[in-house]
Amino acid sequence: MIPADGEVAIRASGLTRRFGDLVAVDRVDLQVPARHVYGFLGPNGSGKSTTIRMLCGLLTPSAGEIEVLGLRIPAEAEALRRHIGYMTQKFSLFEDLSVRENLDFLAAIQGVPRARTRARIDQLIEQYHFGDLQKQLAGTMSGGQKQRLALACAVIHEPELLFLDEPTSAVDPESRRDFWEKLFELADAGTTLLVSTHLMDEAERCHRLAILDHGVLVADGTPQALTGRLQGRTFIVESADPRRAQRLIVDVPGVLSVAQVGNSLRVLTAAGAAAAADMCRHIDATLAGAGQPVHTHATPANLEDVFVAVTGPAAEQAERAA
Amino acid sequence: MNGRRLWAIVVKELRQLSRDRITLAMILGIPIMQLVLFGYAINLNLRGLDAGIVDQANTAGSRALVMDMLATDVVSAARTANTPQQLMAMIRRGDISIGIVVPPDFERRRIDGRPVAQVLVDGSDTTVQSAAAQLAQTPLDSAAPDLRAPPASTPPTPRISVVSFYNPQRVSAINIVPGLIGVIMTMTMVLFTAIAIVRERERGNMELLIATPLTSTELMVGKVLPYIVIGLLQTSVILALGVSLFAVPIRGSVLDVYLAAGLLILANLSLGLLISTRAQSQFQAMQMTFFIFLPSILLSGFMFPFAGMPKAAQWLAEILPLTHFLRLIRGVMLRGASLWELWHDVLALVVFVAVMMGAAIGRFRKRLD
Ligand SMILES: Nc1ncnc2c1ncn2[C@@H]1O[C@H](COP(=O)(O)OP(=O)(O)OP(=O)(O)O)[C@@H](O)[C@H]1O
Ligand SMILES: [Mg+2]
Repeated sequence: MIPADGEVAIRASGLTRRFGDLVAVDRVDLQVPARHVYGFLGPNGSGKSTTIRMLCGLLTPSAGEIEVLGLRIPAEAEALRRHIGYMTQKFSLFEDLSVRENLDFLAAIQGVPRARTRARIDQLIEQYHFGDLQKQLAGTMSGGQKQRLALACAVIHEPELLFLDEPTSAVDPESRRDFWEKLFELADAGTTLLVSTHLMDEAERCHRLAILDHGVLVADGTPQALTGRLQGRTFIVESADPRRAQRLIVDVPGVLSVAQVGNSLRVLTAAGAAAAADMCRHIDATLAGAGQPVHTHATPANLEDVFVAVTGPAAEQAERAA
Repeated sequence: MNGRRLWAIVVKELRQLSRDRITLAMILGIPIMQLVLFGYAINLNLRGLDAGIVDQANTAGSRALVMDMLATDVVSAARTANTPQQLMAMIRRGDISIGIVVPPDFERRRIDGRPVAQVLVDGSDTTVQSAAAQLAQTPLDSAAPDLRAPPASTPPTPRISVVSFYNPQRVSAINIVPGLIGVIMTMTMVLFTAIAIVRERERGNMELLIATPLTSTELMVGKVLPYIVIGLLQTSVILALGVSLFAVPIRGSVLDVYLAAGLLILANLSLGLLISTRAQSQFQAMQMTFFIFLPSILLSGFMFPFAGMPKAAQWLAEILPLTHFLRLIRGVMLRGASLWELWHDVLALVVFVAVMMGAAIGRFRKRLD
């Protein structure tokens, strides 16, 4: 059942889900390679959770084909359940059970062999730093602690495929590094991970990622490939009065978005706008004309630029221009 | 069905229950409160009820009997009349609650060992009825020895017959307590399972559960098992209180009582499960439960005699588990019948459980849509 390297763990084509008139997921084609950490990026309501639910057989697609670990979903969803772990976006463990009781319960439900259960739970408690919290009720723990427990419970049976829906939304940056260490350890051990997130620094860590917007898959690839596509379209503008400069730059033709970062501005231009050097000169000239001297220089794109370029109003603007 | 997963669900339920103070309080509080309220309200030890007396014999013996009855203080002589018809009219008008009739052939009857007197009761008031039953125990006095009286070792057969108007079923504490087991089970058990599943859906636990290999049957059966134990515990509390406070008899076998209770518990739990597959919120589950509870109380024969209801209501009542349970439990506890003799109602409950459980498991989907 464990796919060999180069194999595809999840394959979906034309995946669609409607809720009444709303199309929550719209003809998504997806290929998730085995043993990778695959990121799912997208704004609120873009259909990340809905897609994950369809992939693990909890929601029936309105249209489209899904194959997960070689099983056809939803027809063979029951067989798939032995091989997956699913960490829901909302905390779904039992708040009135203690840490250890939750682990006990899931070990039994997931069929961890009886002889190994104790050792496995002790190991998880150690790995996920629950030593002193074993007897604490899950409901009384902090948001980050809850998410750690949810991950521990999701991996208790060492599944081949892990679905993590915004697993670190409540985790502080320090613990988040720790959390991602664990995810990579799991990938090294042969697990395929599909992780949804809003956080750019997390997206950057993924082997590959897909960006969803309004249910449509608007971009996918490695982070390098995605940022590479924005080559020559991102600039930093240094200004004495960034807020005023921002209002002026927005009106420069070809500019998609302007965001203030400290005392400078980060500018993203539309595809097919002027070449980088021309753009720098153009911005400098326009603002000098308005009595706002600035200094503009090109900068490598990051994932946030990619995100802005392909989702939301900037993407619509670019589409209209094209 | 996987035994380990089933057991895991049962243990989880019990652990959660042990931390849920309100539910725990409800499990013991409801039966105790209901029993004490119902029991005492109905079993008031009445004194000084207005009685009408017709002594058509007017012999020394008959006068002594009437005096003995008045001496109990349960009744006080308010009216005298000449015929039983006059007494009945007084009862109907509400002038008196009890009528005592000593027929002209009192002495003859006494010698023959036939009933020597009648106590007429307004049976629509159950408290009065129990008072009448008490009166009927008045021994025929020692001054004029009862020639046909059985030897003292055997309990004396009542020689005064009680005729009850308006409530031929003679509902009383003794009658209420067995029925109360059923009412309490209907009230609490349906709600337990109905809420147990809806709550997990509301809290998001269900999304986790349905993504695991856990089957619908394991989940449903695992939810039911702990509550059967709790239901039987409640039954024991009610029985113990009923026997110690109100001297309710258990004439049949105790095992049969528990078996009947077990059947009703199962019926209500599976009904609760079915509700839980429909209800979207705990509040909805509660509303649906009351939708079942009210007809159960009104139509099952707990409040009003079954025979007196219109045909349509009777058919409806046949669908309710409480109706069948009442027949079983009254049969076993009050008449000393065995479940074997009451197989009709046993079968009805078994079928009910099978249908409800099947429907609940069938309707439960391991899907979010
Ligand atoms: N059960 C449902 N019934 C109706 N609409 C739904 C349902 N579930 C999701 N939706 C809608 O589908 C869209 C996608 O929702 P989804 O939860 O997949 O978004 P998401 O990307 O996970 O968002 P977030 O980042 O906020 O978690 C939303 O507009 C949501 O309102
Ligand atoms: Mg979501």
